[in-house]
Amino acid sequence: MELLDASLPYLLPIVYALAMISVFMGLCSYSVLAERKVSSWIQGRVGPNRTRLPLLGHIPILGNFLTRLGIFQPAADGLKFLFKEEIVPGHVNKFYYMLAPVVALAPALTTMVVLPFGRYVDVDGITQPLVLANVDLGMLIILGISSLGVYGIVLAGWASNSKYPFLGGIRASAQMISYELAMGLALLPVFMWAAFPGSDYGMSLFGAVQSQQTLWLFIWQPLSALIFLVALFAETNRLPFDMAESETDLVGGFHTEYGCFKFGLFFVAEYAHVIMGSALFVLLFLGGWNFLPGLADPWGNGLIGTLLSVGWFTAKVFAMIFFFIWMRWTLPRFRYDQVMSLGWKILLPLAVGNLVFNTIIIALYDTFTR
Amino acid sequence: MAKTKVLERKPLTFAEKTFLPQIVSGLKTTFGTMMQKGVTLQYPEERPNIPDNYRGVPTLVKDPNGREKCVSCQLCEFVCPPKAIRITPGEIDAEVEPDRAHVEKAPQEFEINMLRCIYCGLCQEVCPEEAIYLQDVFSLSGYSRGEMINKKEKLYELGGTLPDQHGKWDKKKAAEQAGNAH
Repeated sequence: MELLDASLPYLLPIVYALAMISVFMGLCSYSVLAERKVSSWIQGRVGPNRTRLPLLGHIPILGNFLTRLGIFQPAADGLKFLFKEEIVPGHVNKFYYMLAPVVALAPALTTMVVLPFGRYVDVDGITQPLVLANVDLGMLIILGISSLGVYGIVLAGWASNSKYPFLGGIRASAQMISYELAMGLALLPVFMWAAFPGSDYGMSLFGAVQSQQTLWLFIWQPLSALIFLVALFAETNRLPFDMAESETDLVGGFHTEYGCFKFGLFFVAEYAHVIMGSALFVLLFLGGWNFLPGLADPWGNGLIGTLLSVGWFTAKVFAMIFFFIWMRWTLPRFRYDQVMSLGWKILLPLAVGNLVFNTIIIALYDTFTR
Repeated sequence: MAKTKVLERKPLTFAEKTFLPQIVSGLKTTFGTMMQKGVTLQYPEERPNIPDNYRGVPTLVKDPNGREKCVSCQLCEFVCPPKAIRITPGEIDAEVEPDRAHVEKAPQEFEINMLRCIYCGLCQEVCPEEAIYLQDVFSLSGYSRGEMINKKEKLYELGGTLPDQHGKWDKKKAAEQAGNAH
């Protein structure tokens, strides 16, 4: 018992982290399913609807319904990736070729450490975030680490030693650099307003959410939200910005030479980025777990309130993931030079202007109301 | 020479230059498609409606009294472009059908090689006895080449009985009973 008490502070974080990873990976695999289903609906198809697990799939009505919905498909997909023959082409640089998928996935999974996904009220009556590590500069960590993901893509493109992956990797890195700037600049006004002179919320993501209790940032900072959203699409390498993959002209882009589980890792990494991006957008612009604009937190203080806040946040994230998928199957891809000119000539000046404008407003407000 | 009319293209408005209204309308379109009812047929469970005169797998049919219609004249074998049909003519058993025996012949064996058949329907067209029909069976499969050759039994099983408007043997019998045979 004593040993347990002593080791609890070390054990609990590990347990929490494992729980979060498993939930997150589950979400990743189901986003793949959502992508397949939504794309098929948009294209007037049916999508995966045959995979059936032995026991669960044979419950009279529910089993058929779940099968039609493709609920068991991710298991089949994952197993397929796991049991396929591991082919390593002869012309690749083996070490980096193996390393690249890991480098792509690890940052995507690391960022969730600082992602708050709900709130609870502690014994002192103070609202606290539900988060693995409550860091003040969580956003910086997310920006810093998630952009490491591009190393995985570049490494994959380079180590594959073949021209299509190489082009994909180059495009991905150029695109990442271009949009990172606009993204960071679009975020600054958010935190400037959250850590407004005289406000009691700091620079943390939790503070950003709490500052939106009355009004979502999306409503009174639409320009920042738009720039951030566009940059987010570019950062996650999703259509209309999937320069890294460009399957119409680069075969499969950076993962052309990859197969089986290594390809699966890239796949999961892409969806991990999508989920992280959706969660970030919800936190920063859609009010996190706050109920509706102007209607802050009707959830109670108890356990149920906490669960409701988590549930509402998750629902918003799902809606955002749906938006990502919906966008992908609506828009065609930008040409490479269009991506560059959009990033450098439009988004970046806009973001700078937006930042300056907000700074002046805050400065004026600060000067005249004091 | 036709006069070409040069259409003046209006410069894009500010809203159009941002692409945003276009993106929104695109999103609307895809969402509309998503809400539509699907048209997919869940194939093995749901079967398509086969129209009349569909040219499916060729089959042999019997007349309403259960007699074989084919008299093994071998016209279909002769006309078949890919030579998929092979007929071995034979006699009709006199004990079973005394009426028809020694009057008509019947196939002893009738084989249609479905690996060769091109579903052209010439056999149906050429058959003087209306004994061979391309019906509504459209999916067939087998594990070996041998299985893909439809034998006489299989052909009759697939074909079944079709209504017969000529009633050749019935008319003959009626004439006999009325006393004016031949």
